[in-house]
Amino acid sequence: MNMQTKNWIDVGSLSDIPRQGARCVKNGEMTIAIFRTADDRLFALEDKCPHKNGPLSQGIVHDGCVTCPLHNWVISLETGAAQGADEGETASFPVKLDGETVLLGL
Amino acid sequence: MTAELHIETRKQKLVIVGNGMAPGRMLEHLFETTDQYEVTIFNAEPRVNYDRIMLSPVLSGEKSYADIIIHGEGWYEEHGVTLHQGDKITEIRRHERKVVSEKGVVAEYDNLVIATGSNPFIIPVPGHDLPGVLAYRDLDDTDGMIKAAEEGGRAVVIGGGLLGLEAAAGLKLRGMEVTVLHLMPTLMERQLDTAAGYLLQKELESRGIEVRCEANTKQILGKDKVEGVELADGTVIDASLVVMAVGIRPNVQLAQEAGLEVNRGIVTDATMKTSDPHIYSVGECVEVGGMVYGLVAPLYRMAKVAATHLAGASEAAFAHAETPTKLKVTGCDLYSVGDFAEGEGREDIVLRDAQRGTYKRVILKDNKVIGAVLYGDVADGAWYNQLLTSGEDVSEMRETLIFGQAYQGGGQADPLAAVAALPDDAEICGCNGISKGTIVQAIKDKGLTSLADVRAHTKASNSCGTCTGLVESVMGLTLGDAFKLPEAEGICGCTTHGHGFIRRMIKAKELKSIPAVMQELEWATPEGCAKCRPALNYYLVADWPGEYVDDQQSRFINERVHANIQKDGTYSVVPRMFGGITTPDELRAIADVADKYDIPTVKVTGGQRIDLLGVKKEDLIPVWADLNDAGMVSGAAYAKGLRTVKTCVGTDWCRFGTQDSTGLGIKLEKALWGAWSPAKLKLAVTGCPRNCAEATCKDIGVICVDSGYEIVYGGAAGLHIQGTTPLGKVASEDEVMETICALTQYYRETGFYLERIYKWANRIGYDHIKEVAYDDLEARKSYAERFRYSQKFAQIDPWAERVAGAEAHEFSPMATLNLEAAE
Repeated sequence: MNMQTKNWIDVGSLSDIPRQGARCVKNGEMTIAIFRTADDRLFALEDKCPHKNGPLSQGIVHDGCVTCPLHNWVISLETGAAQGADEGETASFPVKLDGETVLLGL
Repeated sequence: MTAELHIETRKQKLVIVGNGMAPGRMLEHLFETTDQYEVTIFNAEPRVNYDRIMLSPVLSGEKSYADIIIHGEGWYEEHGVTLHQGDKITEIRRHERKVVSEKGVVAEYDNLVIATGSNPFIIPVPGHDLPGVLAYRDLDDTDGMIKAAEEGGRAVVIGGGLLGLEAAAGLKLRGMEVTVLHLMPTLMERQLDTAAGYLLQKELESRGIEVRCEANTKQILGKDKVEGVELADGTVIDASLVVMAVGIRPNVQLAQEAGLEVNRGIVTDATMKTSDPHIYSVGECVEVGGMVYGLVAPLYRMAKVAATHLAGASEAAFAHAETPTKLKVTGCDLYSVGDFAEGEGREDIVLRDAQRGTYKRVILKDNKVIGAVLYGDVADGAWYNQLLTSGEDVSEMRETLIFGQAYQGGGQADPLAAVAALPDDAEICGCNGISKGTIVQAIKDKGLTSLADVRAHTKASNSCGTCTGLVESVMGLTLGDAFKLPEAEGICGCTTHGHGFIRRMIKAKELKSIPAVMQELEWATPEGCAKCRPALNYYLVADWPGEYVDDQQSRFINERVHANIQKDGTYSVVPRMFGGITTPDELRAIADVADKYDIPTVKVTGGQRIDLLGVKKEDLIPVWADLNDAGMVSGAAYAKGLRTVKTCVGTDWCRFGTQDSTGLGIKLEKALWGAWSPAKLKLAVTGCPRNCAEATCKDIGVICVDSGYEIVYGGAAGLHIQGTTPLGKVASEDEVMETICALTQYYRETGFYLERIYKWANRIGYDHIKEVAYDDLEARKSYAERFRYSQKFAQIDPWAERVAGAEAHEFSPMATLNLEAAE
């Protein structure tokens, strides 16, 4: 299903995103946060914590997770799932690199 | 008949010479059983009874003097004890049963206890009396070392025994270069064998402590103060401090002059009675059964024996027992007990692990354990000591003995199982001689649930504290699920280390980046987490000003974008208004900004400034640009750092004002803004004691009075409410500035991340802080200077920086997609 509608969209270059940080892509009403880890892996999540919609893009990135700035929920960058005792999930999107170009799959 | 009545109505007089740990403990035992005595104590030291074993943690900065007091002033009052502090007994008139003090106090006694302790042995080499040569015996010595460490330079510690090495490690942590000189070929040769001594030396050297064994001190060099040490082989080592820790000598002078039987120590029988039946002796000054003691466990046993005999006829007798040795240097684990010299008919079982740097040796004779030396892995120390004490035949488990208790009888390597397997009479707390059974009984009988309770009721883990883990295990076993082991002291799940340890290591090992800290301190996660990274970033910012580059990705969002995130993801913006003073132009600019960027809420804050709430992230830069243009900078309302200095109008307007409180507030805020601190820091200056600026519930406050300025600190008005504590009074604004800069810097250097100033003060002690930031003018000045130096790198307006283009990625989306166009 997804495969059919998927477009890989150029949203910028790798160097636009700080290591252990994130940048946002506005997509109509939705904001998607693109995370870059210390070892240059990329992940994309909707910029909304499953808890109280906190902007995950503003959190601290560590070991494949991000800690939400509002109430410290820890969200997996890969799956969007809340870690530890918390339950909830944020939508995740495919993202890949083509050379230095960041491609977001929508 | 009349004589008997007389005895019953009149309290007997008990006089004690000395106020160390042994007589303190003796009195505790005595008061538990009888109130027949009226007690008078003469103490040459001007202090109450404190825990000398804990001087090393005081030296290393892990504890303060307040933490190690055993009996506060209140205790003496409660028991009707007269304590003469700083007054030494100079004469005992045995025929009159009286003692005479230096200050001329004469006291009668029915029973006298001599507890004069010991004197440090000072090697009589040339130069031994120069200023800068210290012993390591009491709080004055410890304070002397701390002061010397503040000056920096090299410390030479003469003596590689227990005390010398603790002093060396403490001085190193205090930032000095340290050399240890030891006469023998290996360190601590009386407690360790050569292999363990070698491992210990390697560990100390890896911490940057230079160790020279077989070093014979020829003389101490220097004109007016210590400048160096010359060895017998001609080597000269520069030194600004020399600590002699080569041993102690029982202090027998008073007893000797009184004609009591004295040998190496004051000779007593097994009931602790001296050659005069009205005079007892306890502590390090005693020689009993031909032995003199220096560790606390036997001294406490003497105290108990003496107390029972003072209380009435008793069978109690002092008997020699092996006392295990432990070194109180964080991260250096060693344990030794019993006899480990080579000898006929002795067998050694040795286990080494070079990779882990551990060494275990158990010494057997006739199939019984007679000694053990453990280095690196000391978990089974208590068990070996138990086998030694019980004299159990260990031939059955000989093959697996060295692997420890967990490997016996197929048991699991569960620490609780090991403690469960200990018999009731197994000693848990060596210092206080408390057995497992005693602790279990106290927990059950008295319904104890916390470690603090158990310490209070049994004294277990109340002295050196190394048995705390064991005591907690006993509690866990006794209380089952009702007892929750306190969480590992680690600051988060990524490390087992606490804040104090981490801060010390950052300085001692000169760790200057987050990855360096994580590598050296063996973080369990590759990148840390949202708890530890901001803490480490703060410690590095505070400890290495001008060198460390702030790691933005380890800062909480508010400190990264210099605004406060709100629940809907918008931000609030607070410009600084120094001392709460603003102008029509500033107000106009704020009003214009609010209009221009559609800012929904404008609110006056409790810190006397204006909060603009609901600013969209994209608007932050233009909002700041406009505020900057009107001359305003960031108010840091988001920072773990200086927030506001609240003021009243003082002498400018107020008919009660005594000083220019507004002007002083502005001056303080101009000096302090931009500083990062462990937690937020809010100040106030109030122009008179009516306190309109509410200075007495702030982190730091100044109360102006006619004659000057009262500086107070440690207030809280959040979840917890508490008034401030006075720091001291000064006469001039300059002194206010210096004192507050020093206080802030001391807090910055020793506070734990997110620890507000009142919690910090509770932890390290108000008296101690007063000493550093107020009483000691030298220290005060040097802390204030360090603060001002660090401010050179901190007082840069982060708004202006970002308006100029710094961290631009933070403030705009990476891309804005138009879905229709994409398809």
